Amino acid sequence: MSGLKVSDLSYSYGPKRALDKISFEVEAGHFCALLGPNGAGKSTLFGLLTRLLSATDGTIEIAGYDLAHAPRAALAKLGIVFQQTTLDLDLSVHQNLSYFAALHGLSGRDAAMRIDSSLERLSMRERAYEKARALNGGHRRRAEIARALIHDPAVLLLDEPTVGLDAAARHAITGHVHALADEGTTILWATHLTDEIRPSDDLIILHQARILERGTAQDICGDAPLQDKFLALTAQSA
Amino acid sequence: MSPYLTSLLAIVKREALRFIHQRERFIAALVRPLVWLLVFAAGFRAALGLSIIPPYQTYITYETYIVPGLCGMILLFNGMQSSLSLVYDREMGSMKLLLTSPLPRWWLLFCKLVGSTAISVLQVYTFLAIAAAFGITMPLFGYLTALPALVVAGIMLGALGLLLSSFIKQLENFAGVMNFVIFPMFFLSSALYPLWKMAESSVLLYTICAVNPFTHAVELIRFALYLSFNGSALGWVILATLVFTLAALWGYNPARSGAGKRG
Repeated sequence: MSGLKVSDLSYSYGPKRALDKISFEVEAGHFCALLGPNGAGKSTLFGLLTRLLSATDGTIEIAGYDLAHAPRAALAKLGIVFQQTTLDLDLSVHQNLSYFAALHGLSGRDAAMRIDSSLERLSMRERAYEKARALNGGHRRRAEIARALIHDPAVLLLDEPTVGLDAAARHAITGHVHALADEGTTILWATHLTDEIRPSDDLIILHQARILERGTAQDICGDAPLQDKFLALTAQSA
Repeated sequence: MSPYLTSLLAIVKREALRFIHQRERFIAALVRPLVWLLVFAAGFRAALGLSIIPPYQTYITYETYIVPGLCGMILLFNGMQSSLSLVYDREMGSMKLLLTSPLPRWWLLFCKLVGSTAISVLQVYTFLAIAAAFGITMPLFGYLTALPALVVAGIMLGALGLLLSSFIKQLENFAGVMNFVIFPMFFLSSALYPLWKMAESSVLLYTICAVNPFTHAVELIRFALYLSFNGSALGWVILATLVFTLAALWGYNPARSGAGKRG
């Protein structure tokens, strides 16, 4: 099954080009990091991939479904973790997940089993009945990732999911999401932190609305540290 | 259960839970019309003489006259309040969750409308119960026949709130819009005075009141409370609901990029 395919995608805010004919493909079950400095166009790309923005040029295919022509089928295959937390802090983790399940048309025993299994995958089951407000940043993120997995998406998008977290929480979440890729979920992970990327991960470097490099992290930076390579690439084209 | 029904129940439940968590909102929503009913109306009772106009068959007190208008006021404020919460949801990100669901966007927005209307109608009945405790009563069966009128009027005002929320980008802009929407809509209507009284003062103001959808919402409720049916008011309310809803759906269309965030 195909993962995520983006072809000739462009987007502008008035005269300002935010994305300029970008194309890439993430194969099913691969972890792909989307690395770019602030303002590179990552959030615009996520807006387009989640259909919060509508692309005027180019196509997006999610698990084989064209987002423009079959938006509902495509969105049903998509899990999303937004940069900003979208948990209702006054509700428990379980209530938040049940609400999301219902937005995907899941209810009753089926929804309950899926919620339990998602929480289990993220080691969050014992916190199911705590209010979201009572959780620390790392656990809130894990609850959001668990929520994004309830409907068993083929593709999981995460927009800078570790922003504001301490090193231990970042390490745990990066580990959890890599494990999801090993289990067959296609991952697109936007970040500007190079230490979250493993040498075997697919990597796209986005800068000033264009893709600068594509390949595995190992191929792109060779023996040099990724941080140095990233800074050199973005400095050259600035 | 059908995915449509599942999502409807979940969204209504979430609105209800949110409402329970904001008890002060419930109290504020009740205090406002009660102040009008028990203070303002008592003061103006002598100043404003009312003739017998449909649906009334006898002389009525001013307090009795303004009850349907105050029911409309609750629906109006609540419609705007839910609009405010939609803008808040968008700023806080939880609106994204709704808009990225695979269910049709029109359905999800409709579910939001149903949820906020259900809460509004509940508040109206609480207000009517308190008014009855103060001796301001309607025909007993009228409390039942008013229900569909309250639902239709609530959906119209909720749709107006939805429309406003699709165009208001930031919470800070909200207060101004509220002043330009709520107060003109309320005062340029038949909520506080019959329109023939307005016509005596100014034909222009009378004309504005007559085309104000809120006037028709109030008249629909007034007639329903007295076991009468006002077909033209219902027609106006349905027409306004359609216009507000279609404009709101256009406002939430991703092609307008109103729902997204620049990044």
